[in-house]
Amino acid sequence: MVNQTTAELRNVTKRFGAITAAQGLNLAIFPGEFLSFLGPSGCGKTTALRMLAGFEQASEGDILIDGEVVNGVPPYQRPVNMVFQQYALFPHMDVARNVAYGLNQRRPRLARADIDAKVAQALDMVRLSGFAGRRIWEMSGGQQQRVALARAIVNEPKILLLDEPMAALDKKLRHDMQIELKSLQRELGITFVLVTHDQEEALSMSDRVCIMHRGRIAQIGTPEELYDQPQSRYVADFIGRSNFLPARALGHDGGQLLAEGPGGLRFVARAGGRAAGDGAVTLSLRPEEVRVAREDAAGEGHEMRVTHRIFLGEHVEYHLRSAALDHLVAVVPRSEDIAGGMPGVGAAVRVAWRDGAALALAED
Amino acid sequence: MRPSLRTTLFLAPATAWLLCMLVLPLVVVVVFSFGERGGAGGYVPAFTFENYANLGARWAAFRNTLTLAPFGTLLCLLIAYPLAYYLAQKASPRWRTLLLILVIVPFWTSILIRSYAWIQILGGNGLPRLIGEFGFGRPRFINTPFAVMVGIVYGYLPLMVFPIYVALEKLDRRLLEASSDLGSPPWRTFLQVTLPLSLAGVATGSMLVFILLMGEFLIPQLLGGGKVFFIGNALVDLFLQSRNWPFGAALAATLVLVMLVTVTLYLRSLRRLSGGRDDVALM
Repeated sequence: MVNQTTAELRNVTKRFGAITAAQGLNLAIFPGEFLSFLGPSGCGKTTALRMLAGFEQASEGDILIDGEVVNGVPPYQRPVNMVFQQYALFPHMDVARNVAYGLNQRRPRLARADIDAKVAQALDMVRLSGFAGRRIWEMSGGQQQRVALARAIVNEPKILLLDEPMAALDKKLRHDMQIELKSLQRELGITFVLVTHDQEEALSMSDRVCIMHRGRIAQIGTPEELYDQPQSRYVADFIGRSNFLPARALGHDGGQLLAEGPGGLRFVARAGGRAAGDGAVTLSLRPEEVRVAREDAAGEGHEMRVTHRIFLGEHVEYHLRSAALDHLVAVVPRSEDIAGGMPGVGAAVRVAWRDGAALALAED
Repeated sequence: MRPSLRTTLFLAPATAWLLCMLVLPLVVVVVFSFGERGGAGGYVPAFTFENYANLGARWAAFRNTLTLAPFGTLLCLLIAYPLAYYLAQKASPRWRTLLLILVIVPFWTSILIRSYAWIQILGGNGLPRLIGEFGFGRPRFINTPFAVMVGIVYGYLPLMVFPIYVALEKLDRRLLEASSDLGSPPWRTFLQVTLPLSLAGVATGSMLVFILLMGEFLIPQLLGGGKVFFIGNALVDLFLQSRNWPFGAALAATLVLVMLVTVTLYLRSLRRLSGGRDDVALM
C-alpha cells in the first residue's frame, strides 16, 4: 500500500490514573498539511500533541509516523520537532548554539561547516540573520519565538509540532506571526500540527481543524466546513457565534428541513450532522444571517425590539427580544443600507432570514 | 527622607558590622604578620618579613589543607550531586520533604558530639573490630587521613546538597523535553543541559564547603589525632599554645591570599563551563 499519511492516530486513548485525557482518537495527518487541534483547556489537545512528540505514550491504540508504528519510541528517536509554549530555549547557549542543538545530536556527526550553513539558513528563514551570537535573554518574546522555530525547522522534521506558540505574544505580534508561520509552512512544505485554544488562530492558518471536546474529537474539517456545517451544537458554538433556538422538525424537503421554532416561527433549515430524523432539533442561526429592517420598512419578518446595540467598528451588534424569542443576536455591517438609518435601543424592528440560513442540529 | 539617606541608613548596620568584624581584624592580622614575637609571646611592633620567610616550617599544614580541602570538596560534590539530583528530579513530592529533612537532621547536634561519635565508630572497638570479626584483619581508621575525610564528608555534605538541590529544583523540565525532542538521549541531555544549568549550585556548594574546609581544625584534631594537621590546627597551636602571634598572623594572611586565588580560578573555570552566565560568578 502506498503510504500517504505523515502521521496517524488509530483509536488512541490516553489515561493519567483515573483521568482519561484523550479517548478513541482517530486521525490521519497528510503530507504538507497544516492541521490544528482546537479546544478549551483540558480537552485533550495538548495530550494528543505530546503523544505525537513522544513525551506521552498512548494507553491504547497506535500512533504511526511516516507509516511506522512509533508506540514506545522515545522523543529523541522520532522524526518530529516541537515549538514549545514558552519556547524552552537553552539559557546557557547563544542563539546559534540553540539552533544547532538538534544538528549536533546527529550520529554520525555532521561536519561543522554543514551545521554552520544550516543554522545560518534557518536563522535567515526566520529573519534573525544578525542574531547568531546573541544571548537568549537579550531577545524579545517575538524573537525568542522565532529562535524556537528555527531550532525546530533546522532539523527538517517530518512534522513540526507547535504547542500554543503564540500564547505569550501580544495581539499585534500574534497576528504577524500567524501570517509568517503560514508562509513558512508553504515554503518548507513540512507538515505542521498546531495546538491552540484560539479559534481565530486555528481558522486563519489551518488547512484542517480538529476540534476537541472532553478528550474526544468533536469534528475534523476545513475552517469553512466547520463554520458552515458544524455537526453539533458544541462545534457551532465554539467556531464563531450562533443563536441557538429549540425547534421541532416538521418534515423534510430534499436536503432541507422544515422546522417550527419558538412562538410558531417557521424555519426552512439545512439538515446538519445527525439531525436527519423528526422531532426535537436545535437550530443554529449565525448572527450575520439575521437581516434587520426598521418596522416601518416594506417587507415581512418577525417583530422584535432592540435591547442592546453594540458598536463594533465595521459592524453593529444588535441584541433583540420578542415574546417568542427571548434573545436573538444580529450582526449588521455598517455598510448595509437600512432604510431610515440604523435602529437604536428600544426601536421596533423586523428580522428575517433566508431559507437555509439556519442549520438544524440534533440536540446534544 | 531622601532615598539616598534611607539607603545609607538601611545599609549602616551591615556596613558597621563588616568594618568591625571583617575589615578591621583583617588589617590587624596583616599588621601583626610583619611584627615580632614578644618575650612572653604576643606581639611586639616591628617591620620584618621573617614570619613570611619562616612559612616553610608549617609546610605540612599547608600541604594537608591544600590537598584535603579540595579533595574533600570534590568528594562532597561527587556524593551530593547524585543525591541532590535524585531529590530534585526523581523523588516523589511526598518523600522529598522527608528526605530533605533527613539531610539536615545531623545539623541539629553539635559537630563536636558528632565527631566524638565518629571516633567511637572508626576507633579500635568500632568498625575495625567488626571487620576483624569477619576475618579480614583489623584495619586502622582512626587518626588517618581517611578518618578525617569521613568526618569532612559527613559534616559538610548538607552544605553541598542544598545549593545543588535548589539549582536542579528550579531547572525547567521543558528544557529537558526540548533536548529530548531535538534528538538527545537522556545521558547527553544531562551533560548538555542539566549539568551546565546546575553549575551555579555546584559553585555555591563547593565554595561553602571549600572555604570552611580551608579553616577547619576540629575534625582533623579529633579524627586525625594531631597526625593530620590542617592550617587551622597550626593557627590554634600558634595563637593559643606557642603564643607566636606574628607568625600565626602571617600564616592566616597567607591562607586568605591562597583562598582568594583558588576561589577566583575555580569560579572563572565554572563560568566558562556554564556558557558565560553571570549567576555562577555572583557567588
